[in-house]
Amino acid sequence: MVANLSLDKAPPPLDVEAVRRDFPIFATQVHGHPLVYLDSAASSQRVLPVLRAVEQYETHSHANVHRGVHALSQAATAAFEGARERVRRFINAASVKEIIFVRGTTEAINLVAQSYARPRFKAGDEILITALEHHANIVPWQMVCEQTGASLRVAPINRRGEVPFDEFLSRLGPRTRLVALAHVSNALGTVLPVKRMVEAAHAHGAVVLIDGAQAVPHSRVDVRALGADFYAFSGHKMYAPTGIGVLYGREELLAAMPPWQGGGDMILTVSFEKTTYNELPAKFEAGTPNISAAAMDYLEGLGIDAVAAHEQQLLELATAELARLPDIELIGTAAHKAAVLSFTMKGVHAHDLGTILDAEGVAVRTGHHCAMPVMTFFGVPATARASFGCYNTEEDVRRLVSALRRAREVFA
Amino acid sequence: MDLKELYRDVILDHNRHPRNFGRLEGANTCAEGNNPLCGDRLILAVRLDGERIEDIRFEGRGCAISTASASLMTEAVKGKDRAGARQLFDKVHALLTQPDGAPDASLGKLAALSGVREFPARVKCASLCWHTLKAALASETAATVSTE
Repeated sequence: MVANLSLDKAPPPLDVEAVRRDFPIFATQVHGHPLVYLDSAASSQRVLPVLRAVEQYETHSHANVHRGVHALSQAATAAFEGARERVRRFINAASVKEIIFVRGTTEAINLVAQSYARPRFKAGDEILITALEHHANIVPWQMVCEQTGASLRVAPINRRGEVPFDEFLSRLGPRTRLVALAHVSNALGTVLPVKRMVEAAHAHGAVVLIDGAQAVPHSRVDVRALGADFYAFSGHKMYAPTGIGVLYGREELLAAMPPWQGGGDMILTVSFEKTTYNELPAKFEAGTPNISAAAMDYLEGLGIDAVAAHEQQLLELATAELARLPDIELIGTAAHKAAVLSFTMKGVHAHDLGTILDAEGVAVRTGHHCAMPVMTFFGVPATARASFGCYNTEEDVRRLVSALRRAREVFA
Repeated sequence: MDLKELYRDVILDHNRHPRNFGRLEGANTCAEGNNPLCGDRLILAVRLDGERIEDIRFEGRGCAISTASASLMTEAVKGKDRAGARQLFDKVHALLTQPDGAPDASLGKLAALSGVREFPARVKCASLCWHTLKAALASETAATVSTE
């Protein structure tokens, strides 16, 4: 899905029919049509090994983690900590202490905002984001600015939906304390050159948080190669359940941060006079967590480079097919894109498009995609968005095109 | 699922050529309606002569259902008094939310909105302008409503 792949050799092609058999949802009919699911950027479908792991766990081995000496609790703890090591390898973190389980990307960003930024920042400090961020990577920083007096700066985008590097550089300076960037734009599919951006931010002494929600399911992510200080992503966009996500943070940064939420598991001792906190990573994991690692095994089993190449082919095909439709305007035409196509149809509001496509069994997202500043920039109230995952096919693209022709007929 | 039920000719016509669209001079009450999930936004301006809706116009951007509903609504309530407009609100609300039954004969062209009830995700599109009207008539000053 990510365009700037640097592969030594082409990966073996993905057997997409076999992949589809691993996703039970594709047995579903929608309004009498086989489902065409083009909304993986909002939430991906669930893969069988994940469903089986969840069922196995809930049926046979559920207990609370880190709580009991009984057999089930020990097994649950082992599975939970095993998942942490699985995540560490998946993103090449240095230590399991750097992997904090959270509810999702949104919670991860809020954790950094409240635990890293809020205690440190003051009036005169600056937080730099880009104009294509998801609301989850805007609002937590606005809250920190209100709380600390720091100010928010925004690197603009161009008409293709790219962040011009010089515009980004010109907003970095000695006051920049933190830079928060999307790895891949959810609304437009733009892939940001985050490695270069991290290097530039570090040269000014700023720490960098990368919102990787749209990147991790579709490309190989190495947090150390990127130089990320913090990296956040969600399970439910990578074929795993909702309610689980990861905050990666460099150990020295996390170690110096105060806990964010209080409760069980994050403490060493509690008395009414004084509570001492647990070590990393438990310090940031109050309460009882959700547990699963099968999605990462599945993705690596397919070969993440093969998934990326497959999705990139679908992006190219869909881009070419939409370009042949007279009234479609593609919003977001960056040189480096993930398999996300945001578009409008002349004279037809995105919601009407969404309803007509749904009647044809084609599921797309319509609306502002939690990126209202992006919509404002392009002067549209909403777009329709088709986003692809490992299970999508060329036939899905043809079904999308024919559903769009149907919409044109209804609004002739 | 019949798209023709939703996108009837009356709806498509009022979407393509919305009536009473644009700024209203001399308005003495107005309200803004937002559907934040969709990005739909509607500004409704009303000129009241005592209790009577002398003129009404709307501005904003929305889908075919919300645009047509607003256009049909302005035609239907112009000339009515406040109480009559509120009665119409109740009838349209029932039309959009009750599962079946023939539309009230007094609804006239507004009956074209009955196809919306087969598409629950779109009911809020059709009702945005009506909630906005209710807010405008309830206050003599500007009001803002949201259908989310």
